[in-house]
Amino acid sequence: MAKKPIQFQLNGSGQAIFAEEGSNLLDVLRRGVGDLSPKYGCGQGTCGTCTVLVNGEPRLSCLTLAETVEGQSVETTAGLAHGPQLHALQHAFMDNFAAQCGYCTPGMLMAAKALLDRNPSPSREEVVEAISGNICRCTGYEPIINAVLAAAQSGGRRYG
Amino acid sequence: MTLHRGRGFASINYPIGMNLGGDPSQALVHSNPDGKFMVALSSIDLGQGMKSVTRQIAAETLGIPVEDVYVDTADSDTGPHCMGSFASRGTHRVGNAVIAAAREARSVMMEAAAQELEVNPDDLVTDGKGNIHVKGAPSKSITTAAACGAAQFKQGRTVSGRGIFLVPLSDVDPDTGEMTPVTCFAHAAMVVDIDVDDETGEVTVIEMNSAYEVGRALNPRLVEQQLIGGAWMGMSHALWETTEPYYPDRIHGPVDFNEYLMPGPGDIAPHHISVLERPAPDGPFGGKGPGEMCANPVLPAVANAVFNAVGVRIDELPITPEKVLRGIAAIGGPQPQPKW
Ligand code: FES
Ligand code: FES
Repeated sequence: MAKKPIQFQLNGSGQAIFAEEGSNLLDVLRRGVGDLSPKYGCGQGTCGTCTVLVNGEPRLSCLTLAETVEGQSVETTAGLAHGPQLHALQHAFMDNFAAQCGYCTPGMLMAAKALLDRNPSPSREEVVEAISGNICRCTGYEPIINAVLAAAQSGGRRYG
Repeated sequence: MTLHRGRGFASINYPIGMNLGGDPSQALVHSNPDGKFMVALSSIDLGQGMKSVTRQIAAETLGIPVEDVYVDTADSDTGPHCMGSFASRGTHRVGNAVIAAAREARSVMMEAAAQELEVNPDDLVTDGKGNIHVKGAPSKSITTAAACGAAQFKQGRTVSGRGIFLVPLSDVDPDTGEMTPVTCFAHAAMVVDIDVDDETGEVTVIEMNSAYEVGRALNPRLVEQQLIGGAWMGMSHALWETTEPYYPDRIHGPVDFNEYLMPGPGDIAPHHISVLERPAPDGPFGGKGPGEMCANPVLPAVANAVFNAVGVRIDELPITPEKVLRGIAAIGGPQPQPKW
């Protein structure tokens, strides 16, 4: 199949890559760019672990045509920390024991980041709504909801 | 349409581990030349905290800081033998094996330190901060790293230990069928409040209140995390999940997350948990294992709550709206049971 050049911003740095036409963004990120932080769960848009942000909006990267991010800005969990400075959400996930196996965690973090970026002090219902497209098998969701609320409380600050 | 509130109660005894073959687990512990210790296991950490808890157990037994212990569960081909991470057996079986291995490694470390300090090993103690010193004379000391380094480079000793934990297989008495397959039980009790909608058959969990007896909670936050997540799984099994089709034909069975139903973040209910600690005599530092037990009381408690709410006794899981409605129809309308 023909390959197509795609250029986009990934966590603030430019990427230029040849991707097979019709390939999905998750594949391009993981196999093309080598960013393994978004996970492959179901490949059909039902689990949410592949969630990335495109121009700040949460997207299921397994269902997103890679070509559509041409010229856009993509964020993944790999870009959350700044060096050793963890993002407030990462701290809050640790403090609230919001991960067990960790498989849902990248998707949860990105879904939560999209929420906090546009709504810094969400209600519990808004947090539930924001992560309702993401399946977690382990935590029972409660610790994740609490973590997102705690991150919001901390002002979404980065602290190290 | 009427919502019927119901309350259900259930309590369980949960056996830790299993009887098959005696259910053994092994652990190997050795020091690296930098004085840090490696614990090799084949029991996998799939998020339940196996690595954290065995790390704590090894550090406590060796008498060194927890930061100085690494746990490697990488590969069951190259690691020591273990039956696996299931049956709520990890903390209990593997933890005991780690204690045995760490004890043996510690005694070599103390001998190495004694040789360096020219004292009797029985006079030495660890301070838990990376030092070994003569009892009552903290200044006569050597770091655990220096002791392990001396063992490795001067004395020609391996600071290492092997551990196994095995509950002897209990045979079945051919006449009575009697056996003693379990040495350690954990316990739980739960009260669940639900609403049953008599028009849609839907069951909504309103609140869960539980007490779990887990031996000593070796890592209280991890115990709590397991209990919250495990109880969610129990609720899921009670009301949503099945690999079987909801309808008789196999082709109606779930094949993906659209059809395999589970409660989402909007379906969860407040769950208040009390952890009761009664250290197990044969558990590592008294620990048992929350494990599968987290989920178990939820299923019968929900079924009992449905009966309390509408008088329908459902004995097949999951308790789907269809089963509830058919049950209500079969008894000629909801028959709420006495309230608490
Ligand atoms: S992998 Fe994209 S939603 Fe599951
Ligand atoms: S932590 Fe295992 S799926 Fe969420």
